[in-house]
This record gives sequence, structure tokens and C-alpha cells, in this order.
Amino acid sequence: MSRVRIDMSSSEGAVAFLKHLLGSGKVSAILTMRKNPGTGAYDIGLIADEAGLDNAAPVAPVMVANTGRVLSSLTPAVKPLAVMLKPCELRAFVERVKRDQGSFENLLIISYTCGGVFPLDEAIGEHFQDSIPDYFRRVASGEIVEGVRETCKACEHFVPTCADVTISIAGDRDSTSGCSIYLNTDRAREMAEGLEGKQSDDEFDPAVTAELAVKRTAEKKKVFDSLAPAGDGLDGLIEIFGKCVGCHGCGHVCPICYCVLCDFESHSFDYNLPYFEKELSEKGSLRLPPDTIFFHLGRMTHMSFSCVGCGLCSDVCPVDIPVANIFKKVGEHTASLFDYVAGRDLEEEIPVMVFKEEEFNELG
Amino acid sequence: MKSEFTPRITALLCKWCSYTGADLAGTSRLQYPTSIVAMKVMCSSRVDPVLLIKAFLSGSDGVLVGGCHPGDCHYEVGNYHARRRFAILKGVFETLGLEAGRLKLSWISASEGPKFAQVANEYTQEIKKMGENPSKKKMFL
Repeated sequence: MSRVRIDMSSSEGAVAFLKHLLGSGKVSAILTMRKNPGTGAYDIGLIADEAGLDNAAPVAPVMVANTGRVLSSLTPAVKPLAVMLKPCELRAFVERVKRDQGSFENLLIISYTCGGVFPLDEAIGEHFQDSIPDYFRRVASGEIVEGVRETCKACEHFVPTCADVTISIAGDRDSTSGCSIYLNTDRAREMAEGLEGKQSDDEFDPAVTAELAVKRTAEKKKVFDSLAPAGDGLDGLIEIFGKCVGCHGCGHVCPICYCVLCDFESHSFDYNLPYFEKELSEKGSLRLPPDTIFFHLGRMTHMSFSCVGCGLCSDVCPVDIPVANIFKKVGEHTASLFDYVAGRDLEEEIPVMVFKEEEFNELG
Repeated sequence: MKSEFTPRITALLCKWCSYTGADLAGTSRLQYPTSIVAMKVMCSSRVDPVLLIKAFLSGSDGVLVGGCHPGDCHYEVGNYHARRRFAILKGVFETLGLEAGRLKLSWISASEGPKFAQVANEYTQEIKKMGENPSKKKMFL
């Protein structure tokens, strides 16, 4: 058995699957997104009782935090835990596990082929719920939904590679009325036993998502080509980060930035009066607080090759700097130097942890 | 035409090879420009690329990292890691259109006094052609 098809939409089927896992006692808790029926607000919930799953919204097109980051603090899990992760959240978790910030032990990873999420300021809008059915229809027919995050429109890694279970949504025309749950591992098959639905040996068909992948690549090119003035040297950087208020929100929500004390928030780069006086004597005036460009360049150099392009950084930026697009573009380049793709494979080592004796001969 | 100026090149040189090589250039009375501002680090792998970014944004016209030749690192593998980090930093600069030519990595051994002088001379000439680092004038960074 490699697939179970439940006669429900992908959203409803996902909840039914979670209820099966918890109800049968196969897992002790579920980590998934929830929607508060009263306020309509989304959050991430750790749910240990079936009744709690009534509010579950496992595949809703919203991302309030990178669940891969949240998952770190719950691992190593002692009792079986089922986790709903979007493909980028799963890739982020893989990157964190590589950095000793998490473990896959006792986890059942459930992911899905993703059509993207809406920006947070839309997700909190009054009429957001009205746009959800249309979203799923469009995603099922392989379209790029207009209102989702730019990084989602440009995402080529929307088919999960490290999941135990993959729910088929993007590009799957059947998914609005039938939830296809693909079981990729022995653990998944074991957990799915007893799940009500049509069992088969059907394997996930890459053709379902191939067309959408091509569209995403084209969209990515558009996004990268329109990043100016980023790419226009120092002046371009100053223009694009000119509005930056230094809140470091981007770093705080980033799943890869795991350092408890970030270099840029430590005393390493503190300044004192003599420094300011020297700067004033040389430049006449100074923008405070300093180190705006420095923070972004530094963060790029430290983590860009592991960027999974989730887009939370742009979402939380209070002054609408397209941080995610810039980091995604730089990150793709820095990762390509090592043929690396963030979160693709747990066995693939982080580029800065390994080396080859013969490489980059043009340097040095 | 760039006016003649004396570039300031921040040089982070590993103690065991490149700094000693620089010292040898000095004791051998080899001429090299005063543009090089040499700082000793224990190993090229000690250099966090963030330090290089800081030097660049603070107005250094050039930034030079000196290490032992690959395979000869005093700590066996430090320079291999330094090389990867440097490659990443260059990649960041290139993607953003920043002047990646102002960053240089050079393998110079303890006995290579003449090589140090040559690298110092040639790199200074390259930087003179590029002109002053525009970040000196920016009050933003």
C-alpha cells in the first residue's frame, strides 16, 4: 500500500488523517496549524486530544511562523509525534537538524505539494476565508495563485523530498474532492493502517507537478530580474535597505538563523563615543543606529546558502523591503558554488562544514 | 583617470605562513607599498567573513586574507575552510554588484618573502586602478 485516497477535499482529508493518527493512539500528539473559530486567527498548535483537532487547518495557505523552527524545540521526541510541515518548513527543519538543532527521531513527517501561502497581512484580513476555496481550485489546476507570497510564486522546491507522508494538492485536479495521501516510508505505511479510504499501490506521479514547476521557474526569473536596485552595487543596496529600521525581525523569524546570540546583537559590534566622533570627523554626518547594510550582508554570508525561501522575512518586514527575494537570489548563487540545495537531503553536508582539497583553484 | 592615492588595504595574515612571509619580506628589505595594513591571525580560518565585510564597509580600499598553501596549513585544514568562506563572500558581493575585486585571498608561505612583496605590489596597483572605495563617503552603512 503506497496510497490512500479519502473521498474528501485535501483539506478535509488531511484533518481526517490526523484524527486517525491521534484516535488510533499511533501518535501521542500532532503539531499542526490551527484556526481559531472565533477570531479566525491562525496559530501553530501542539494537540494531544482529538477534540483539539476540530480546529486543525493543516494545509491552510498561511504561515504564521516557520514550523520547522518551532519543531526544533520539541525534538528529540520521546513519544511518537506527527508533524504537518510545508515543503519549505521541512527543508528548514532538515537544515536545522544538520546544525544539531533538531532530530527526526520518533517523528512522522507529513508534508504536501504546496501552492504557496498568502502574506500575513492578508491572512488576518476580514474576508480572507472567502478566498480559500478559490485558492484550492486554482492550485489544484496547476495555476500560480496571484495573491500568494512572491517567494511562493517563485518556489521550485514545492514537492517535499524528506517526508514520510505526502498529500497531493498542487497540480492535482482530483484534490478538491479526493485527498490522496502518499505513504513514502515504512513508518508511514504502519501509521496509515486502519485509515478509512481507498488503498492502492499508486505511486506519486511527478507529471502532476511538472507543468507547475516550469511556471514557477519562469516566475522566479521574473522575480530575480526585477530586484533592482539590489544588484546595483553599494548604491543599490543603500537604496533598497534605506528604509530598514534595524528591528532584525527578518533574522528572528528565519528558521535558519538559530544562533541564540546573534553576532549582530552581541557586544561584538558595539560602538562608543570615540567611534562616532571619528566617523563624524570623516563624513560629517552619520545614520544611527549604524550597521544597517552590515547586518544584511553579514546575515547573507552566514546563512544564505541554507535559505529555503519561505518568505517570512519579507512578510514581517515593517517597511516592506523584499528581504526574501534578495536572500533567495543571493542564496541560490552561494549554494550553487557547491552544488548544494538547502534541505534537499539530510545526508548532504552544509557547505561550510566540509571541503574538497581541490576546488576554487582560482582563489588564492 | 583615477588620481594617485595611497590605498589602505586591510590584510589579515595567518601567523604561521603569510605573516611570517610578510616579515621575511621586511627583513630582506624588499620594497612593498605602505598601503598594506597587516594584522596577525592564528590561522586564515579564524577570519569570519563578517570581519572582511566590516573592513570593506569601513572604507578599506582593499581587503587581503593571507594563509598557508592548501595542504600546508599549520592546523591541517583551516585554510580549506577559509577558502570556502571566502568563496561564499565573493559570491554574495558578485550577486549584489559590489566590487568583489576589493577582496583577495592569497596563499603565501613563511619562506615566500618575495611572493608577499609581489602580491602586495600587484594588488596595490589593482586597487589604485579601481580607485577609492566609495563606502568611505557613505554615511549610511
